[in-house]
Amino acid sequence: MIASSWLLVAFPALGALILLAGGRRTDAWGHLLGCATVLASFAYGVALFFASDGKPTDTTLYSWMPVADLQVDLGLRIDALSLVFVLLITGVGSLIHIYAIGYMSDDTDRRRFFGYFNLFVTAMLILVLGDNFVSLYLGWEGVGLASYLLIGWYQWKPSAATAAKKAFIMNRVGDVGLALAIFLMWKHIGSVSYTEVFAGIGDVDSGVILAIGLLLLLGACGKSGQFPLQAWLPDAMEGPTPVSALIHAATMVTAGVYLIARANPIYNATPNAQLAVVIIGAFTLLLGAIIGCAYDDIKKVLAYSTVSQIGYMMLAVGLGPIGYALGIMHLLTHGFFKAGLFLGAGSVMHGMNDEVDMRKFGGLWRTMPITFVTFGIGYLALIGFPFSAGYFSKDAIIAAAFAQEETWRAWVFGGAAVLGAGLTAFYMTRLMLMTFFGKRRWTELKSEDGRDFHPHESPPVMTIPMMILAIGSAGAGAFFVFNGQLAEWLAPSLGALQEAEHGVVPHSAVPFIVVGISALGVLLAWLIFGRREIAVERQPVGAVVRAARSDLYGNALNEAVFARPGTWLSRALVYVDNKGVDGFVNGLAALLGGSSGRLRRLQTGFVRSYALSMLVGSFLLVGLLLMVRFA
Amino acid sequence: MTLLLAIILLPLVGAVAVAGLRANDRLATAAAFGFSLVTLALVAPLWLSYDPDGARLQQTSSIDWIPPFDIHISFGIDGIALLMIAVIGVLVPMIIGLLGFTDKLPEGRSAGGYLSLILVQQSLTIAVFAATDVFLFYVLFEVMLIPMYFLIGGYGGKGRQYAAVKFFLYSFLGGLIMLAAAIGAYVHAADELGTGTFDWETLAQVVPNAPLTTQIWLFLGFFLAFAVKAPLVPFHTWLPDAAGEAPIGVAVLLVGVLDKVGTFGFLRYSIPLFPDASKELAPLVLGLAVAGVLYGSILAAGQQDMKRFIAYVSIAHFGFIALGIFAFTAQAQVGAVTYMLNHSLATGMLIIVIGMVIARGGSTTISAYGGMAKLTPVLAGMFLLAGLSTLSLPGTNSFISEFLVLLGSFETRPVFTTLATIGMVLAAVYVLWLYQRVMQGPVRGDALLGASGGPGAVEAPETGAKKSVRDVSLKELGVLAPLVVLIIGLGFYPKPALDVVTPVVDQTVSIVSTASDSEGSNE
Repeated sequence: MIASSWLLVAFPALGALILLAGGRRTDAWGHLLGCATVLASFAYGVALFFASDGKPTDTTLYSWMPVADLQVDLGLRIDALSLVFVLLITGVGSLIHIYAIGYMSDDTDRRRFFGYFNLFVTAMLILVLGDNFVSLYLGWEGVGLASYLLIGWYQWKPSAATAAKKAFIMNRVGDVGLALAIFLMWKHIGSVSYTEVFAGIGDVDSGVILAIGLLLLLGACGKSGQFPLQAWLPDAMEGPTPVSALIHAATMVTAGVYLIARANPIYNATPNAQLAVVIIGAFTLLLGAIIGCAYDDIKKVLAYSTVSQIGYMMLAVGLGPIGYALGIMHLLTHGFFKAGLFLGAGSVMHGMNDEVDMRKFGGLWRTMPITFVTFGIGYLALIGFPFSAGYFSKDAIIAAAFAQEETWRAWVFGGAAVLGAGLTAFYMTRLMLMTFFGKRRWTELKSEDGRDFHPHESPPVMTIPMMILAIGSAGAGAFFVFNGQLAEWLAPSLGALQEAEHGVVPHSAVPFIVVGISALGVLLAWLIFGRREIAVERQPVGAVVRAARSDLYGNALNEAVFARPGTWLSRALVYVDNKGVDGFVNGLAALLGGSSGRLRRLQTGFVRSYALSMLVGSFLLVGLLLMVRFA
Repeated sequence: MTLLLAIILLPLVGAVAVAGLRANDRLATAAAFGFSLVTLALVAPLWLSYDPDGARLQQTSSIDWIPPFDIHISFGIDGIALLMIAVIGVLVPMIIGLLGFTDKLPEGRSAGGYLSLILVQQSLTIAVFAATDVFLFYVLFEVMLIPMYFLIGGYGGKGRQYAAVKFFLYSFLGGLIMLAAAIGAYVHAADELGTGTFDWETLAQVVPNAPLTTQIWLFLGFFLAFAVKAPLVPFHTWLPDAAGEAPIGVAVLLVGVLDKVGTFGFLRYSIPLFPDASKELAPLVLGLAVAGVLYGSILAAGQQDMKRFIAYVSIAHFGFIALGIFAFTAQAQVGAVTYMLNHSLATGMLIIVIGMVIARGGSTTISAYGGMAKLTPVLAGMFLLAGLSTLSLPGTNSFISEFLVLLGSFETRPVFTTLATIGMVLAAVYVLWLYQRVMQGPVRGDALLGASGGPGAVEAPETGAKKSVRDVSLKELGVLAPLVVLIIGLGFYPKPALDVVTPVVDQTVSIVSTASDSEGSNE
């Protein structure tokens, strides 16, 4: 059973191959094949889940990059952690694939869309199943490719093309971090496989371990949209909504959390890297929540909510053995409710002629009752309404943040997490009120072909996945109530979940604080957006909102520090290369050779010029040589 | 006659035959294609008969040429040469296949003339990789410039004359300096053995005993020739002109194969003959290598012309190769050698795809295009795949080599390697930006919309695009398909290529590590 685990990857890989290489011939049934392959993987995953005891079993498929003493295999690890991810990816993935049949029904390239979607599932499964860091890297950049292709799905829109490119490049920055971490492992431990790297940590200098931890964190920040590499994720909403749900909410963006949880033996050995993870998590959860309060674009709000929620997960896995399982727990519940919320948002857009501006929604609960109810359940789960999925998973993280040994850390990070909960309640309530409640603010919709267009509920192929995810959002909580069953299951991969013993705030008080703060957030949102009319036009705003709407100037910073100087440098060097390196040589030759006109006409001129250029090159070389030797 | 000799001579026979068919273009093309396929077919038994763990040089043969100086015409291959010969074998049929699609002959010129030059070039290039006599290597190194000179100068774009002369002179002068160094090696052998020789195996025994200063001067002589060929910054300025003006097929041959003679030279001549100097001067070469990675990448991003873009991308990639060679670890050097193969495939495909774009739009300027994916989705997909291989995405062939280069180099040269990893990000920038400008966004640009009203400017009614802008034809797909299979196949299963070169590289690296340690080689 476990020996054939490659089948998990093979199904969607085959699907992608057939759909992308088959071309238009597969148009008629492509979407069905796309769903079937993911469902097959899901079924196999479920069977594996029951057959496995959660202990790591590595299966080597074949030797991938063997060079002298370097052994890099393409291998799969089946253990508690990877199986949980397999179920999330293929389970939620199947639902979103089915939803996409409806959502993409008007797109003439729907078959290609499913090809990319299958490609994504393949890469994501390789990422979580790899039994060494290079296999993980294969999946890691593979999902980056799928994400690039799908963000840029509407590639004729310049904004979509730019967003896709931005996502890939910012991810590449993170990927360099991951790559350098792997190089360090090879240099100091002499292996890239999980088993040997984790076993060899004890013998390595602590500075090296710290460096590995920080470089892995850089990789995690890129993939998971964490500060300072968060700016690509909101732009990624240019992709079709099922993409946002699957890749940019439920699965791919949580890969950073997976990486840190997977590398837990490394982080356990380096408290300073752990602290860095916690700081990034706490900072990003606030950053995302603050910006989420300001946007009017429903998908952007959800995107920043994702940034913020992943901040919670990072915070959790940065806490070490008291947090790893909690981070994964929140990752799972978030996978359910955020996927549900995105599908709901997609359903709203589907019914509203692709409008995303919440100021032009209002009162939609009447016209889209199923969307309203399923979205509402996701909303309650996200703000942590008592006994919903988010209530259990988020509260546990906040309690753990308060339970750190050092008091200042407990107050700072616990406080940030509580504040984030309040902000979450505020922006999500705002979103609910603006979208589903109040008076209708939409008028006279016209579709592209000029027909009248009335907001309507989506077809069953879309609403049924939404209902299942809503049930998951509500019910997944119950799964965790039974005394931390998930944590127990994950113990073989992450170590036993240590109970936080002491805390600056009593453990039992945490739920009350969180619910109280969240209630405050809801109330505030209602006072501002529920009682009053919402203007359809943009209103003048204060400095804080303006800053938040500018993504707290994250993009401006990137632009000023990297993009613009980069462009200048490139232009300047092109000039130097054309005029300088060549021109210098030509000019010098002209000076020495007399007439520059003669030089251009005669080949002898060429000879002199090139001979001279060689000479100049040689002088440069000798000069460098002297510098090197006497340095 | 060894199999190797047959592979060297067959294209030459083909060239003569094809030159005789100048009256009939179709027949000439078919004949040239046939000869190139048979050559490719002969590479298979060559590969199978090669024993990676056997002697360094296999398939050896030798005849006297200039006895007074102990100069022989002798050939033989190691794993590195085998890989290069295989890649020439794969690429030449494609280059011939491109004639008529991406490459149009100038008025009044026959296919026979062009193709026989291509076949001569193939034969000479294989011979350069196979030569085991240093003097013979020098002669071939220079002679192989001649067909390329005529291919660029006779069949290229507007600035072809300038580009061809520049190409020739740069390489030729570099070669002359190498000749001086080769004679120096001969003299040293004469001092030590009593009789001078140009035989590579003998020189590899004797020259490493030379004092460091002598080694350094001789090393620099060879290095200059190879640095021009490869090319490394600042000896690179001939390549953008040559690649920019050459016809597409010739550019594939030039960038894909000919340039590799430079990096091959480092591996076969510079390091084994002058190990102490190689070790001593490694920081200098590594500095140029990393400078090349960054400089080439930044300039690639700034190019306005698609063909020059490829030249700068290659300069960046040659930086990675040089880094891998001079880091002196088995992983890095195996990475570098496979990089030579993978760069041929990835960049070869990129050149071909860009050629297909240019054949449709008629312009090499990037800004003359835009939104082409909407008109030619399959071509766009191929463009992207070639680009992804160029930026070394895992799952493509280039990832294996770039990853091994960096992983192995980091072990001995962490600072240089960390700087080079910036090239990974820059590669994403220049590839995806080019893709965005040419393929994405709304359909736009003179080349596609035919605003200039040139030939083929009849508009297709639904998009307003030129009639000539059609998606890839079946024949074009036939040229691209083998590359697609190799790029993805070697990405997931590179073992055959790695296994062939690992023993040779192990040997090369051990030459350096056992070389007398004159000074510490710390950075």
